[in-house]
Amino acid sequence: MFRILQKAWQAGGRMERYPASQARTKNSFRGKPAFELEVWKDARPAACACPTGAIQSRDEDMRRQVKIDLGRCIFCGLCEAASGGEGVRMTPEFELAVADRQQLMISAEYALNPDGSHRRLISAAREGAEPVKKVEAAGRRLASAVRRVLGRSLSIRQVDAGSCNGCELEIGALGNPIYDIERFGIHFVASPRHADMLLVTGPVTRNMELALRKTYDATPEPRLVVAVGACGISGGIFGTNYATRGGIDQVIPVDVYIPGCPPRPEALLHGILLAVGRLSSSTGRGCPAEER
Amino acid sequence: MTMVAVVETLERKFSGKLQRIPAQAGGELYLGLRPADVPEILASLNSEYGVRIAAVFGEDRMAAERAFYVYYVLERPSDAAYLVLRAQVDADHPEFPSIAAEFPAVNWQEREIQDMFGVTAAGHPNPRRVALHDNWPDVHPLRKEFPVDQLLPPLEGPQHEYRPTLGEGVFQIPVGPVHAGIIEPGHFNFAVAGEPILYLQLRLFYTHKGTEKLFEQLPIPHAVFLAESISGDSAFSHGTAFCQAVERAAGIEVPPRARFMRTILLELERVYNHVADIGAIATDVGFVVANAHAGRVREMVLDLNERLTGNRLLRGMVCVGGVRRDWSSGEADALPSSVEEIRREFRDLVALIQSSDSTRDRLEHTGTLDPGKAKALGIVGVAGRASGADLDVRRDHPYAAYASVSFRAPVYQQGDVLHRMRVRMDEVEESLNIIHQAVDQLPGGDHSAPQREIPAGRFALGAVEGWRGEILHWVRTAPGNRLDRCKIKDPSLNNWPALVEAVQGNIVPDFPVINKSFNLSYSGTDR
Repeated sequence: MFRILQKAWQAGGRMERYPASQARTKNSFRGKPAFELEVWKDARPAACACPTGAIQSRDEDMRRQVKIDLGRCIFCGLCEAASGGEGVRMTPEFELAVADRQQLMISAEYALNPDGSHRRLISAAREGAEPVKKVEAAGRRLASAVRRVLGRSLSIRQVDAGSCNGCELEIGALGNPIYDIERFGIHFVASPRHADMLLVTGPVTRNMELALRKTYDATPEPRLVVAVGACGISGGIFGTNYATRGGIDQVIPVDVYIPGCPPRPEALLHGILLAVGRLSSSTGRGCPAEER
Repeated sequence: MTMVAVVETLERKFSGKLQRIPAQAGGELYLGLRPADVPEILASLNSEYGVRIAAVFGEDRMAAERAFYVYYVLERPSDAAYLVLRAQVDADHPEFPSIAAEFPAVNWQEREIQDMFGVTAAGHPNPRRVALHDNWPDVHPLRKEFPVDQLLPPLEGPQHEYRPTLGEGVFQIPVGPVHAGIIEPGHFNFAVAGEPILYLQLRLFYTHKGTEKLFEQLPIPHAVFLAESISGDSAFSHGTAFCQAVERAAGIEVPPRARFMRTILLELERVYNHVADIGAIATDVGFVVANAHAGRVREMVLDLNERLTGNRLLRGMVCVGGVRRDWSSGEADALPSSVEEIRREFRDLVALIQSSDSTRDRLEHTGTLDPGKAKALGIVGVAGRASGADLDVRRDHPYAAYASVSFRAPVYQQGDVLHRMRVRMDEVEESLNIIHQAVDQLPGGDHSAPQREIPAGRFALGAVEGWRGEILHWVRTAPGNRLDRCKIKDPSLNNWPALVEAVQGNIVPDFPVINKSFNLSYSGTDR
């Protein structure tokens, strides 16, 4: 007992204050790729280098349609390397959770030079710039009621629908003394029947589809579903194949998407707090203690 | 006696039954044979030369040779070479003799060949489906004519039938696939008489993602990321095993600096996982404070990972030819002090756990796997070493820079939860020593060989001692910088049967800690 107290005294408090303070990212951390669409000379090398097809480039009549899906991105940085540092840059930004899948999409149209490089940017739609309002079936979401009921304290049931276990490691880390998710009144529960939120990972394998549906049905309303990681959002590197469904929202309705491969603990925290309305999605930042 | 000498003796003994196949990478010997001769030759290799079966897998060669191949990857103690037997299965008679009755270690692997290729393991003691669940249609996804994105009808067929639990006061407890903790999915069916477990039936492959099929679709540089997603806690080990297989197939020389950098990162992966497991084992017997400290120590390692690779779980770092990101002299110089800080905290954690008699009381003689069973089942890695199986790929088949560092593989005979934890405790110390040695010797120069297209039609093995144990990748390359086949063998595939043995006679409340002491990968098994 003395040893336990002595060690606790020695170790002291190590908790990170995020989101009230900055996250503990290191300089080399690879977060979101930033696309400088105006100066991007050629999208093809990046599209070719992307292992998950998150960057798509299609040419027609001296014009190029470029579509980028941050929901497929695994943050490998190959697009930056392939573009020679022009137009694509890896940033340490990780607060990428959104409520609308469309907000993870970037599209651009370029006029082309004869050699296939970009002559000029004709039009562009940036991520999160034009949120496409989801037409919500009456009574299905009731987002504000959900927040009112669940916002103060939240029980989460985690469901692995076929992930590689990477997302589970980071979700597990939320419980350690550094991230200490219980300080928000958020805790993980053992049964969907006790849960307010399902935190779901993986591309949804054929063999997990039924289990995921049953878990969803067993969760009492009001309930929230958060899709975690590139696989959970889009199938990620596994995509859609004979054994996978290509994302959680192919099987059950999703409220918030958290990109990452895997998302770091702060990114998960950001997405979870966003889902219960304890963050403002426009600034992505906020004090957990603030009163609403 | 070396493997080369074994092969020569074997050729004399079974003259006319074995054909040499030229290997394309050093340290690998290939012999072709008829499927019917496999049981006799394997029995001889096992009883006379102490050969162990590391992996069994299939390959569709219909287009080239109108046949399927079944491979048996073999190794023997204190010999760096792998012997690979290749049985050619005739397409008109797609069948090979099962050896699962004599070698239980291949039970699932043979059934997986049945499921994936539609080639029958004749005489298998339990030939039911394993990889594709019972309610899948009659498809064989690793056959070349099966398209990767084929849409299959909804699951409707018969459900899996578990062995019945009969007798008065005897019950079944079904658990999963959705578990109570933050862990991967699988189904456990316990037969219990009161508290003690009579037997456990496992049902896995819930996370089957078509990974081996996907490897045949992606360009090799992209496939590295798929390898990193086989088992998220072994991203760097699986990535390295894959890259080593490709490098060996293509004859790519990895620069010395990259080999040392890989060694350091492989050990960091071992450390962060072992520390987490030690904490989790403590938690499962109620010593939650120790887990809090373990969580803190683990974060120290993950911080270091992120500094060195840009990712907490070491993703996006390894590439064919070396590593993607070089370290500045400052980053390398700071390593020893970071390692010592981790060691200090780790030793405090170990002392804390060892000071608790009640923890020891719960772990000792719990979930015992005796060495005889471990050997018969072919158990590898941490679980193997806790039960007397003295196997370590780093020492037995040196790769990266392991030939240049000295270390000890801890081996215990007790085989209980306590000793699976002790193996981890010893290994963390060894790993930190290895990192020190590797930093001291870290050479200058390139961190990667120049990227070039990989020639087609070449094949080789890549082997890594992941933190769980032996990881094997076998690749055959295809035109256009792609792969024709990539076989992945995660140590979990060997070790699941050990869990079934270890829980027998233990009480249900001890199952979580026994399971955690193995901590096997579902995704690595299911792929």
